[in-house]
Amino acid sequence: MNLAVRDIRHNAGRFAFTSVGIGLLLMIVMGMGGIYRGLIYDATLLVDRVGADLWIVQGNTRGPFAEVSRISATLEDRVRAVPGVANARRFVSHTIQRTHSGRPLRMVVQGLSWPDDRGDWIPIVAGRALRQAHYEMIADESLKLPLGSHIGLGKNTYEVVGLTRGLVGSGGDGLAFFTVTDAMAIQFDQPGEAVRLERAARRARVEAMDLGRLQPLLLDRAEGLSTGIPAFAEPQVSAVLVTLRPGAAEATVRRTLSTWPDITVYSTQEQKDLLLAGPVDKARRQLGLFRVLLIIISTIVIALIIYTLTLDKIRDIALLKLIGGRNAVIVGLILQQALLMGLVGYGMAWWMGLYIFPYFPRRVLIDPSDLVSLAIIVVAISILASFLGIWKAMSVEPNTVLSA
Amino acid sequence: MKTTPNNIAPAIEVTHFRKVYGSGHTEIVAIRDATLSIARGEIVGMFGPSGSGKSTILTGMALINPPTSGQIAIGGTPVLDGPHALVDLRAFRRQHLGFVFQKANLIPFLTALENVQIALEVNDRSPREARHRAMELLESLGIAARAKNLPVALSGGEQQRVAVARALANDPSLVLADEPTASLDSELGRQVMELFGQIAHERDAGVLVVTHDQRTLDIFDRILDVEDGMIHSRAGHEPLIETRTTSA
Repeated sequence: MNLAVRDIRHNAGRFAFTSVGIGLLLMIVMGMGGIYRGLIYDATLLVDRVGADLWIVQGNTRGPFAEVSRISATLEDRVRAVPGVANARRFVSHTIQRTHSGRPLRMVVQGLSWPDDRGDWIPIVAGRALRQAHYEMIADESLKLPLGSHIGLGKNTYEVVGLTRGLVGSGGDGLAFFTVTDAMAIQFDQPGEAVRLERAARRARVEAMDLGRLQPLLLDRAEGLSTGIPAFAEPQVSAVLVTLRPGAAEATVRRTLSTWPDITVYSTQEQKDLLLAGPVDKARRQLGLFRVLLIIISTIVIALIIYTLTLDKIRDIALLKLIGGRNAVIVGLILQQALLMGLVGYGMAWWMGLYIFPYFPRRVLIDPSDLVSLAIIVVAISILASFLGIWKAMSVEPNTVLSA
Repeated sequence: MKTTPNNIAPAIEVTHFRKVYGSGHTEIVAIRDATLSIARGEIVGMFGPSGSGKSTILTGMALINPPTSGQIAIGGTPVLDGPHALVDLRAFRRQHLGFVFQKANLIPFLTALENVQIALEVNDRSPREARHRAMELLESLGIAARAKNLPVALSGGEQQRVAVARALANDPSLVLADEPTASLDSELGRQVMELFGQIAHERDAGVLVVTHDQRTLDIFDRILDVEDGMIHSRAGHEPLIETRTTSA
């Protein structure tokens, strides 16, 4: 006769209610693990998908994700000349926050190196890749910008021509792909007044010089477009992405590039390691500690519940001892209840998570190996939690029945 | 290992039972020096005011509150020598003793049948065999129709009958009852007491009933009065076996 099951059946409502409580607690533990996995997935998603063999960033920096990297856009052409390089693309990435339709809109602006890169590698779920050099964008669904909708960024308006699903940056903000030129225009957009003041300041600086006074044409140039001034460099980009020729030795290309003092080169794996060791690491450790705390709390909660359930049955346990019930029968009763409670709670956590996790603002990735690990942990904490109840049961005297 | 009591031997023999609680200034002598014996087939009533030591001697005989000194033998097998156990007491209880209390003390999450069945299963009877035997007992006590009911659905008398069935489950050589009719009305109390008489006389078990109920004196073969830690045989209820009490 299974006493644990009969007791649970008798107190089904209380058991169910308690299991839901434990389930919610375990769901948070499960969710923490999922958020951690999601964090890693999101952080490395772009690095994985962009399909570069090498990342060239500003010298002595760990950019473009772990820290700011600024390199000349013309570096792209220098890199193309290196033997073994099949292609080099400019990479621009920055996060902006604007207001759209009355709500704040955060997005990671990604520049595609038009016309070489039109975004054909991007997993588009609706619409298409870019077809023109300006004013088109591919947006992630999480940005809630419908296909065909228009959004004003800076001085221009962009049309959403393609949609992706689940493409977010390491901060959890949706990715939006533009041509590099548009991405830079968004990044370096200045109000008209600021442009006019800058031009006036340039003219004043030139006027103060002998050359300016002798060459009036220079004054006109100074207050014109900055792109019309050869002395001004093009705006800088975050990185240059390198694709190697088939069969080319990565080490050889890296050796060549490493002689250039203005850059640092990383492989895709190194770039991922930088991300995980940098911005993601603290979040990972924080989630890990939080998870450990929650597991300890769950153990204490289950222990107290089992202890209370044992106290409720203390006369029955004393009676079992009086009629000669072995300790194994009593230990089995408590241990089985603790395990059932833990496992039912675990099942409820998994089931509730299926419906609740998709509504979390950040990606929650439940890995099967994490599910197995948590199941083992739940079994372990259930056994641990039952010790208090078992100790109480073992210490009760059979004559408790007579004295009551 | 199951011990087999000698059928010729008394159901229980208590010799020079002395129980002292505390020590020094706080020492309380609950039982001074009690010697008694209950034969198989005999039903003995034990009377006495509250605090007289009835419960102390009962729990001592139930092997759950060993004496400070003295010996207890059940069915001829020595089981306690002072506080020292000579056998596995819990195993001995499940094989040879039956208990009935003032309250039925049924396990609330088990049905009437399961409450009897559990006493058999803890004594290594298979679930199938235990179920069959438990049903037989409930039938013999006239409550088979309530076998599937939880205790909460049973009347006080029915609950007490289930408790009796549980006490008898393993054919004990000694049944100990502590105020078994205290929570019953007089008619039901009488029925339960008669049931104990049947257990003693028809099942050949020794039965000790601790009670305050003077209306059922005729049921008992012998009556013991406990007062201030001393046991006396009541006049007119002569002992079948010598019972002796001595002062400390």
